[in-house]
Amino acid sequence: MSERKIRVLVAKPGLDGHDRGAKVVARMLRDAGFEVIYTGIRQTPQMIAEAALQEDVDVVGLSILSGAHMTLCPKVVELLRAQGQDNVLVIVGGIIPEEDVEKLKAAGVAAVFGPGTPSQEYVNFILNNVKVPA
Amino acid sequence: MSAVETTRRPSIAALVEGVLNGHRLHLARAISRVENQEDDAGELLAALYPHSGRGHIIGVTGAPGTGKSTLVTALAQSYRNIGLTVGIVAIDPTSPFTGGALLGDRVRMRSLAGDPGVFVRSMATRGSLGGLSKTTGDVVTVLDAAGFERILVETVGVGQAEVEIASTAHTTLVVEAPGLGDEVQAIKAGILEIADILVVNKADRPGADRTIRALEMMLEIEGDGARYVRHHGQLLRVESPVEDDEEAGWKVVVMKTVATDGTGVEALRQRIDAHRRWLLESGELAMREQLRIAHTLENILRAELNRRIASRIRPGSLDALVERIRRRESDPYSAAADLLAHL
Repeated sequence: MSERKIRVLVAKPGLDGHDRGAKVVARMLRDAGFEVIYTGIRQTPQMIAEAALQEDVDVVGLSILSGAHMTLCPKVVELLRAQGQDNVLVIVGGIIPEEDVEKLKAAGVAAVFGPGTPSQEYVNFILNNVKVPA
Repeated sequence: MSAVETTRRPSIAALVEGVLNGHRLHLARAISRVENQEDDAGELLAALYPHSGRGHIIGVTGAPGTGKSTLVTALAQSYRNIGLTVGIVAIDPTSPFTGGALLGDRVRMRSLAGDPGVFVRSMATRGSLGGLSKTTGDVVTVLDAAGFERILVETVGVGQAEVEIASTAHTTLVVEAPGLGDEVQAIKAGILEIADILVVNKADRPGADRTIRALEMMLEIEGDGARYVRHHGQLLRVESPVEDDEEAGWKVVVMKTVATDGTGVEALRQRIDAHRRWLLESGELAMREQLRIAHTLENILRAELNRRIASRIRPGSLDALVERIRRRESDPYSAAADLLAHL
């Protein structure tokens, strides 16, 4: 009887308003059969963590083009963990310099996807890494 | 990993205690368990049910693009201003092809972020067609038990016949916007009939007055209030003295709002509260509660019966029967009766 769906929050933290990429990704995730909660632009890390909690999501996808990723992404991870969402997978998409990728991963980001990543890649990453209790 | 798994799946007792004590992560997890219809969801709901029945449930329905999410946000804000806590359930459709969904109602709700007196949950229809999802009523029960004083339920953008919200909500708002149809649309059966309050949102747009007149004419056909006459192709309002007939029954009126700037929202909120008072004083609330409970009970029974029947029919055992029916050696009606008689 149980009907479990993978739930993904897609958010754009920070001040850049270019949400085309985030919308394309949201659409791709929808077509992969996930329930995608789209929150839109100019979200603070606090707003994102709070939405992730209320929606009880499995994945938080952050889209950043502004260059503020080293401040914003670790903050989201920290807030999620602080409120007890230990298993939530945080993935980042956007323009992230190579040298920052490892630093983000060290801060708890599960994966970073650059421009042009085929959707199959992040869809599979989610399918392989979300721990869905049987 | 066992510590992580414990935080992932708290026990029913822990969840219930968390929900009743305002623990937001437990509330979120309880809702998931109910929404996913996990095996222990019934046990969870049974424990929470005695604590429900206090919140006022307000349904907000209407066609896509009429401004339901923005109106829900503005109403929630209005309730927060008078110190009431608000739970919101916002529903968007599931794709019939992929099973995925894009739940976008939060985009309009950013002004509610960070307020501990508000809890917003987005739900996908997951195959239900009535404007809600199968478990919406149960999720409302969880929010109610958690102590939210007003619970706003926003349906999917509906067409003409998705009226399920009326059996879940105490007060149903049907939201219209200018430019969506003429007077014949307004007198069709279905969605407009379930309104306790009709709202014309985006009332600053051209054509708003025409929409309001069309709706008021529809209401006037039902009975009291001002009358409308056609004069050279124009609808004219002829005032007739309106008695304060709240004693006689509830009078459905058309309210104007511009949800984006808050115009009319305060008046709408007061009208909803007036409806609540009327429900309480007239005894109608008890009647609606009875209907809602009967509806819930029926759904639970139906789901359980389905499950029991399905569990007793061996997989593949229907194939031969289907083939016999196809050859017209039997028919689906007798075959079903026969099967049920032998279960």
